[in-house]
Amino acid sequence: MGMDSLIGGTIWDEYSQKVTDLMNNPQNMGEITEEQANEMGAKLIVADFGAESCGDAVRLYWAVDPKTDVILESKFKSFGCGTAIASSDTMAELCKGKTVDEAVKITNIDVEKAMRDTPDTPAVPPQKMHCSVMAYDVIKKAAAQYKGVDMESFEEEIIVCECARVTLSTLREVIRLNDLTTVEEITDYTKAGAFCKSCIRPGGHEEKDIYLVDLLEEYEKEKMATAADASASGANLDFAQMTVVQKLKAVDKVVDDNIRQMLIMDGGDMEILDIKENGVNFDIYIRYLGACNGCASSSTGTLFAIENILREKLDENIRVLPI
Amino acid sequence: MNVYLDNNATTIVDPQVFAEMEPYFVQKYGNPNSLHAFASDTHPGLKTAMEKIYAGIHAPKEDSVVITSCATESNNWVLKSIYFQYILTGRKNHIMVSEVEHPSVIAAAKFLESLGCRVTYLPVNSEGIVEAHTVRDNITDKTALVSVMWANNETGAIFPVEEIGEICAEHNVLFHTDAVQAIGKIPVDIQSFNVDYLTFSAHKFHGPKGVGALYIKKGKELIPLLHGGSQMGGYRSGTLNVAGIVGMGKAMEAAVDALDYEMTDIREMRDTFEDELLKIEDTFVVTPREKRTPNTILISFRGIEGESMLWDLNRAGIAASTGSACASEDLEANSVMEAIGAAEDLAHTAVRFSLSRYTTQEELDYTLKVVKNAVVRLRGISSSYAYAPEGHESGLDAHH
Repeated sequence: MGMDSLIGGTIWDEYSQKVTDLMNNPQNMGEITEEQANEMGAKLIVADFGAESCGDAVRLYWAVDPKTDVILESKFKSFGCGTAIASSDTMAELCKGKTVDEAVKITNIDVEKAMRDTPDTPAVPPQKMHCSVMAYDVIKKAAAQYKGVDMESFEEEIIVCECARVTLSTLREVIRLNDLTTVEEITDYTKAGAFCKSCIRPGGHEEKDIYLVDLLEEYEKEKMATAADASASGANLDFAQMTVVQKLKAVDKVVDDNIRQMLIMDGGDMEILDIKENGVNFDIYIRYLGACNGCASSSTGTLFAIENILREKLDENIRVLPI
Repeated sequence: MNVYLDNNATTIVDPQVFAEMEPYFVQKYGNPNSLHAFASDTHPGLKTAMEKIYAGIHAPKEDSVVITSCATESNNWVLKSIYFQYILTGRKNHIMVSEVEHPSVIAAAKFLESLGCRVTYLPVNSEGIVEAHTVRDNITDKTALVSVMWANNETGAIFPVEEIGEICAEHNVLFHTDAVQAIGKIPVDIQSFNVDYLTFSAHKFHGPKGVGALYIKKGKELIPLLHGGSQMGGYRSGTLNVAGIVGMGKAMEAAVDALDYEMTDIREMRDTFEDELLKIEDTFVVTPREKRTPNTILISFRGIEGESMLWDLNRAGIAASTGSACASEDLEANSVMEAIGAAEDLAHTAVRFSLSRYTTQEELDYTLKVVKNAVVRLRGISSSYAYAPEGHESGLDAHH
């Protein structure tokens, strides 16, 4: 939140002048017919991407020199909003004069950057970044058609966030390296999820195979499994790394081994009620039973003894709170 | 030429309304609840305004018309109060709203759902209208409230609130209607049918923004959403928006006076304009016009994404909408187009024109010319009408 996000505004105010100009007057809008391609001695490629039902669709026309693979002419037609049209136009422009292999390397980020008025100001608002993705996808489609291969063969890596082009492997690595636990943290580190937000969780503008929340869950499970393995193999697991259940078991074991005997001898006992993380501290809530209940020492000497043993055996930030 | 055809979003303030409000800023600025002459100076104006507001919807004196800050507040108030009074206490567990309600009802219903209330979202038929039998089909003895708008903001479709009110009365279920798009467009008489709560907002009928209202039938009291200094009879605390209330009163009076004009002249202008628009190939209008408010057209231009059409209209000085202005920052399809099950490729092509008593024939003639040019230009760009060589397999109708 903050002042700028409170009143909102029109997305059009955030379009660059270039986007506005291209929407008003697209430069490469048009078609290439079979005849025109033949006259150039070129092969005609017509590739479609998107769908009207999704709100944006583009048809890309290439006339490609079959000897050199150079794109001699590049035109587009597009169903979509101003940014979709401007992005398609810019994409068509960037293709011209390049070989098909070079054109495949053009990304949606190149398209967006080409539409900026100044290097540091985005050409479109975040939720419209998605429109430039379509421009990138249609190039791959056209190249695949020209080469007679599958479109996916151009994508060496799985892209999770298409707007910011963040790969699955990058995301997995960054999440683990920095121990990220929230979507906001992922966005801060990688920009993934900052734009059209489709990649965050199901239900967005576009359906995905894997979402950011899935990656967080995957990491969370992985941490749990590691902790469980460590505890099963008897390794000395750090108390702070344990799951709540493991913490409870560990505390129970220390109490059984070191404390309970002492209490029972005095005709009392105790039970563990809850463990809560409180800042750096671990608050262990207990209840005294039998003779301990109401014993003067239960809030002084005995309590300190219990706390000291737990701190020594498990973690120095443990606090014991009798209720 | 500047043409404003987005009157379902908001309207120009009637200059007479503005003139009546003006003294309440610099001269009669007292707090009506204080004990001095500055306060008393506001009372006659407030009283007259409240009388006009009551008269505008035919509310009897013993019922309450509580002035709020907006229709969103009024709608939220009804749903949340019903939750506190009936759902939270376990007396009931269910409410019903139509799936094309304004976001202030839908989002509030979703919130109540997250708190454990069961919510039924009533569907609309292919004309964009909620059929009364859907209420009867879903009502149970645990239903606390039915909330169905009187007229839809996007299509102008008029819903059968009389019939729905009747069904609610039979089953002893409370009935709320959001009449924001009805006031000033069609006759609104709360005594002519069964309704317990009714929402409206001044800025939709040439009054000021920031003034909403909620009609509450006697005996169907709600608990306050805003607690405080017990203004508005304890129903809604907060210093009275004196100028706003005065403005709403005057606007209501003017709207009632202009109702005949709305129902005849504006309807005629709208119909002629619509006939002309429909002469453009591949166009489609949602909801038959006799079932709509007299000022609204939701029209689809095949092959033209709605925002693109708005772009070209805006360049020519014309204001229209792709649906609800509240949704203009997201990328999703028009929800009514989706709800009525319009062909999928048309979901993003809807544009709404909404007229008012300030709309002139000259403005509509100009708009028609601009629309025709825009259709030619934008279909020229559109892939939907683009050339493809023989044997080309188009992928544009598939989902990606």
